[in-house]
Amino acid sequence: MSALPTSQAGETLCRRPLLHALPAQPGLVLAVLFIAVVAVATIWPGLIAGADPIAADPLQAQLPPSWQYWFGTDHLGRDVFSRVVHGARYSNLIGVSAVAFAATIGSVLGLLAGLARGLVDEIITRFLDVVSAFPDLLLALVLISFTGPGTTNLIFALGVAFVPRFARVVRAQTFVIARSGYVEQARTFGLSRTVLVMRHVLPHAVAQVPILATIGLGTAIIGAAGLSFLGMGPQPPAPEWGSMLAEGRNYLRVAWWIGVWPGLAITLTVIAISVVGRRWQAAFEGRRSA
Amino acid sequence: MTTLVDIRNLTIAFPNRLQDNRVVHGIDLTIHEGETVALVGESGSGKSVTARTLIGLSGAVVGASRFEIAGDDVLGFRERDWRRLRGTKIGFVLQDALVSLDPLRRVSQQLADAFGHPGYFVRRDVREDSRALLRSVGIPDPERRLLQYPHQLSGGLRQRALIATAIARQPSLLIADEPTTALDATVQKQILDLLAERKQAGHTLLLISHDLAVVARLADRVLVMKHGQIVEEGPTKQILSKPAHPYTRQLLDAVPSAASRGFRLSPATDQAALPTEAVERRLPLPPKRIDAAQTVLSASGLMKRYGGGAAVVNNVSFDLAAGEALGIVGESGSGKTTVAKIVLGLVEPDSGTVLVDGQPWSHRSEAERQSRRASMQLIAQDALSSFDPRYTVEKIVGESLDTVGVFGSERRRRVIQVLDGVRLGASFLDRYPRELSGGQRQRVAIGRAFAPRPKLLIADEPVSALDVSVQAQVLDLLAELQAASGTALLFISHDLGVIHHLTDRVLVMKDGRVVETGAVETVFAAPKHSYTRALLDAVPALP
Repeated sequence: MSALPTSQAGETLCRRPLLHALPAQPGLVLAVLFIAVVAVATIWPGLIAGADPIAADPLQAQLPPSWQYWFGTDHLGRDVFSRVVHGARYSNLIGVSAVAFAATIGSVLGLLAGLARGLVDEIITRFLDVVSAFPDLLLALVLISFTGPGTTNLIFALGVAFVPRFARVVRAQTFVIARSGYVEQARTFGLSRTVLVMRHVLPHAVAQVPILATIGLGTAIIGAAGLSFLGMGPQPPAPEWGSMLAEGRNYLRVAWWIGVWPGLAITLTVIAISVVGRRWQAAFEGRRSA
Repeated sequence: MTTLVDIRNLTIAFPNRLQDNRVVHGIDLTIHEGETVALVGESGSGKSVTARTLIGLSGAVVGASRFEIAGDDVLGFRERDWRRLRGTKIGFVLQDALVSLDPLRRVSQQLADAFGHPGYFVRRDVREDSRALLRSVGIPDPERRLLQYPHQLSGGLRQRALIATAIARQPSLLIADEPTTALDATVQKQILDLLAERKQAGHTLLLISHDLAVVARLADRVLVMKHGQIVEEGPTKQILSKPAHPYTRQLLDAVPSAASRGFRLSPATDQAALPTEAVERRLPLPPKRIDAAQTVLSASGLMKRYGGGAAVVNNVSFDLAAGEALGIVGESGSGKTTVAKIVLGLVEPDSGTVLVDGQPWSHRSEAERQSRRASMQLIAQDALSSFDPRYTVEKIVGESLDTVGVFGSERRRRVIQVLDGVRLGASFLDRYPRELSGGQRQRVAIGRAFAPRPKLLIADEPVSALDVSVQAQVLDLLAELQAASGTALLFISHDLGVIHHLTDRVLVMKDGRVVETGAVETVFAAPKHSYTRALLDAVPALP
C-alpha cells in the first residue's frame, strides 16, 4: 500500500548504480583504475613503455629489475616491462574479439530459437548442448588442431566455445518477452513481425548480454593466454602474455622476473574485470527486483 | 465490554535523511471485544500500514500517546515481544493467499506452523486440530486438503486456508487486509459469509478495504481514512445513509451499480458545477450514440479448445453495433478472455467466424489483417505489463499511430491531444510507465486505445486492479470518450456492478458457454438462468 517511501530515493540511486557505489567500494575503484591502465596499454602501449618490445640485445640478457629496466630483461635481453605493456594488446584483443564473436552469434542463435520454437529451437538447443558438453579450453584446442595456430584461429576457437552461455540467456529472455503484454499489445496495432522483434523483443532479450560479456571476458583472457602458452596463439617474437609465461618458465630459477610479470598482468586483469562484471550484474539484478 | 485495541494519536513515518515521510497523521483507533470495525480508504491512505502496525510489522517509526493491545502497552515492544502477541492475540489475513502461503509447504505444514509447531513432520494431535480447523472454515474433505500444496487449491479454498492459519491459535482479534479483493464475486461472497459466521460467534474483526460495499454487510463501525487521517467515523448505518464528509460521499458514489447507470461515478473536476443538494449530487453522463443499423463486430459459433481438454469457448455468438457497449461477464475460467483474443485475432478459433465491419476477420493471414488492425484497439487489465518499460508515455501512445501513418510533429500534436483528453496533459510525455500510479497508467492505456480513432474497443477487465475511487474516474473517462467518439465497446469484467453501470447489453458466460444474453436491465432485473441469479446474489450491495 505504501509506495511512498521506496520510490523517489530508491530509483535515483538505481539509475546509475555503478557510479554511485564507487566511493563506498575501494576494491571497485582499484579495479576500474587498473582496467583504465590496461586499456591505455592496449590502445597506445608506446605512451607507457617507450622501449621496443622486440629488439633483442644479448649483452643485456637476464638483468634483474632496476631503474633502467623496471621489470628486468629476458633471456634475449628484451625489456620485460615494455613486453608486458605491449602484450596487453594481444591477450586483451583476443579475449574481447572472442567474446564479441560469441555474444553476436549467441544472441542471434538465442533469438532465433526463442522466436521460432519447434524444430528450429530443438536443433539450436541440441547444438548448444553439444558445444557446452566439452570444457571451453578443450573444445578450443580441438578446433585449433583443425585450423592451425594463429591469432584469428584462436579468436574463432575461443568464440565458438563461449557461444552457448550467451545463446541460452537470450533464448530464455526471448521466450518470456515474446509472450509479454506489451508485445501482444503491439501486435494489435498491426505492426509487422520484424518491427515487433526489433522494437520490443530484441532490446530486452539482449539486456543482459553486456554483463555476461564482461564476466566472460576474464575467462576469455585466461583462455587466450592459456592457449598461447601452449603455442596455439600469436607466434614469437610477439609479446603475448601467455607465450611470455611459457618462455619465462624455463628461467624461473635464475631469472624469476621473466615469468612473474606477465603472470601478474594476466591475474590482475582478470580479477579487475571480474570485480566490475559481478558488481554490474548485482546492480542490474537489484534494479530488476526493485 | 473489554477494550481490545486502544490507540490515541498514532503517527507512522518512514523517515529518510531528507524528510520524515509521515504516512499516518495522528489517528485514534479503538476496538472493543466482539466488535467488527472497518477501515476504509483508497490506496495510499495509510490503512494497510496502520493494520500492519497493529502487529508490529510495518517497519516504520511509530509514535502514539497511547498504544495498548489487549491490555499490553506495546509502544516499547521489541521484536521478541511482538512475536508473543502475533498469532495468539492478533491474527492477520493478507489480500492474496497465493503469495501469503508458502508454495513449497503443504497445507498441513502451514497449519502446524500457525499452531506453533513448525517443522517438516506434523504431530498427530496437531493434525487432528488442523482437520477440525479446516472444517470450521468450511473446507470440505479436510483430510485430502491437508496433503495438498497451495497451488492445488482454488482461490476460495486458498483464502479459507489462509484464514485458518490466522485463527489457529484463536487470537482475540483478526485483521483482514482486503481479504476478498483478488476474488470472483461468488467466492468473495463465500469468504464474507465465513467472516460473518465468525462475527456471529462473537469474534472481533478489523476489516481493511477500499470498497465500502464490501464492508457494509459486516461492519458495526466504519472509519474512513484519507491521506493518513480519519475523516469520518461512526456506526455503519449512519455512515452509509448520512455521510457527513464529502470524501465518504465520494466513496459511496464511486460504487458502480444499477442506480448509477447513465451518471458519473466521480465528482466533476469543476467543483463549482456540483449541485449543492445532496440528493441530486450525481451528474449525468453524455448520451451514447448507438447506430443499430451499423454492425461493427459480428461473431458466430466461436469454438476453441486447447489440446484435448474441454472447450474453453463453446459456441459463442454475438453482434455489436456502432456506439454500443456489450458486456461479457463471467468468473475466471469462463472463457471470456479467450473470446477477446479471438476477436482481436491473437487466437484463431477452431471453428466459427468473426466479421469486422462486415468483412471476414478470422482465418485470414496476418499480412491481410495488419492494415485493418488500427480500427480495433485493446485495453488490457494490467496496463503496466502492456507498456514496454523502456518507452516513455509519448512513445507508448505514439506507437498506436504507426499503422495509421501519423508521424513527426503531427504525431506529437495528436499524442498531446490524447493526453489532454484523458486529463493527463503534456507534462506526462516524458514519463516512464513505472513512474505512473495505477490510475494514470490506465488513463494512458485508454488514451493509447482511442488515439488511432478505432471503431471497436476491446476492454479486458480494465478496472479490476483499481481502487473503487480510481475505478470510478477511469469508468467515467471511458464512458465519456466512448460517447464522444461513437466507438463500439466490448467490455469484459467479472464485476456485475461495473457491467450494469456501463454496458447496454450483456452476455453471461460460464464454462465457455453463453448462458444468458439480452439488454442489461432485462437480464439483471429478471435473470432467467440460475447462474446469473447466483452471480447477482453474490454482489455486495450498499443498502
